[in-house]
Amino acid sequence: MVLPLTDIRQLVNGVQRGDKRSIARTISIIENNQPEAQKIISLLYPKTGKAHILGITGPPGAGKSTLIEKLVKELRNRGKTIGVVAVDPTSPFSGGAFLGDRVRMQDLSTDPGVYIRSMATRNHPGGLARATKDAARVLDASGKDVVIVETVGAGQSEVDVVKVAHTIIVVLAPGLGDDIQAIKAGQMEIGDIFVVNKADRENVNKAMSDIEAMLEMATEKKGWKPLVVKTSALTGEGIAELLERIDEHRKYLKTGEIDERRKERIENELVEALTQKITESIMNEMKRKGEWSKLTQKILSRETDPYSAADKLFAKQLKTTRKR
Amino acid sequence: MRKKEKERKIRVVIAKPGLDSHDRGAKIVARALRDAGMEVIYTGLRQTPEQIVETALQEDVDVIGLSILSGAHSALFPRIMELLKKKGLDDVLVFAGGIIPQEDIPSLKKMGIKEVFGPGTPTSTLVEFVRENALKRR
Repeated sequence: MVLPLTDIRQLVNGVQRGDKRSIARTISIIENNQPEAQKIISLLYPKTGKAHILGITGPPGAGKSTLIEKLVKELRNRGKTIGVVAVDPTSPFSGGAFLGDRVRMQDLSTDPGVYIRSMATRNHPGGLARATKDAARVLDASGKDVVIVETVGAGQSEVDVVKVAHTIIVVLAPGLGDDIQAIKAGQMEIGDIFVVNKADRENVNKAMSDIEAMLEMATEKKGWKPLVVKTSALTGEGIAELLERIDEHRKYLKTGEIDERRKERIENELVEALTQKITESIMNEMKRKGEWSKLTQKILSRETDPYSAADKLFAKQLKTTRKR
Repeated sequence: MRKKEKERKIRVVIAKPGLDSHDRGAKIVARALRDAGMEVIYTGLRQTPEQIVETALQEDVDVIGLSILSGAHSALFPRIMELLKKKGLDDVLVFAGGIIPQEDIPSLKKMGIKEVFGPGTPTSTLVEFVRENALKRR
């Protein structure tokens, strides 16, 4: 079903007014990759760029969702409006998903200044769904002051959140201390702020010093030196301090690094979009002519290999483009 | 059918209205629908009608499943249905489960609850019901 253009405009206007139903429907259209998704994004894009986007990542069970609830409440006390996109994994077997992040954020669901969306990865790697970035954009365009993106319970390689967020918060908990070494390569490199959550538990100071020690070694970044904050999402301890650190980072970004990050991110995005366009155009042309299955068959029977086949396809495409 | 499901996932909210804390059934239903390839948003316990309807709206769901064992269905369900209508979500498929006396079911159906499932319902019945009825909207 393709929406007529007037409906698209209505949706886009609704999003800009902050209407939750319009936001919800728009995100679904993008998530389902419906034909009008691209048009909608191009209409909303000029309205984006105002929100501060926070990325919250960390291993499963560290307390990300609970911490987000506390953060959002504190931000609401300070008069901010907030959008949350919370990602949970899709089953690679059934394609279904159990999205449970809202359980920790129940009190927020009826707050008019808060919009929360649960999103399944739909088997996209990297800790986010394919549509997460654009969902954050929709919330940005809807006028939210702060947009929070929560990754799946993430491990070493799930660092896609750096492509979406301005400030990355890695949430850890005591008891992971011995594993700190193991996660160093992935998460220890992307955090602008590290949170040791569950400060109400034992060994929190040990975890703090472990992380601080690890950061000393891992820090090669120029400029911003990652901070460690101790919080308890249960008691509320450290939440105000965390917000101050987030604000410090926001101010720091204004000094110039944000432009660099933004530029890098946009370049990556352009490359991705271009790759997809080129691939699609070649594939569609091949399929239309019925040559696609012949070629895959040739690779299967070892007549050629995938790389040579790709070379040939690309050369052919170049030729046709030149002729035009 | 399978391909179509791939393109357009069925999104379901499983909610526990009211004050009882028996969530085993709700979790089993959520799990069964997940295993059938749907995206299931679980709200947790003790939800007000307002919270449930707001969640359905923000999550843009096709289906709401209500689990209740407290006996308060006759008070809470009408309120939920009323709020759905008010928010323009009256095309969302609503079903219920839990401990609901037989004699209450006709009035619940009359207010728009499509089906009421009692204890012992095979999850396959449920999955089939949701699949068949969910994508009629839109």
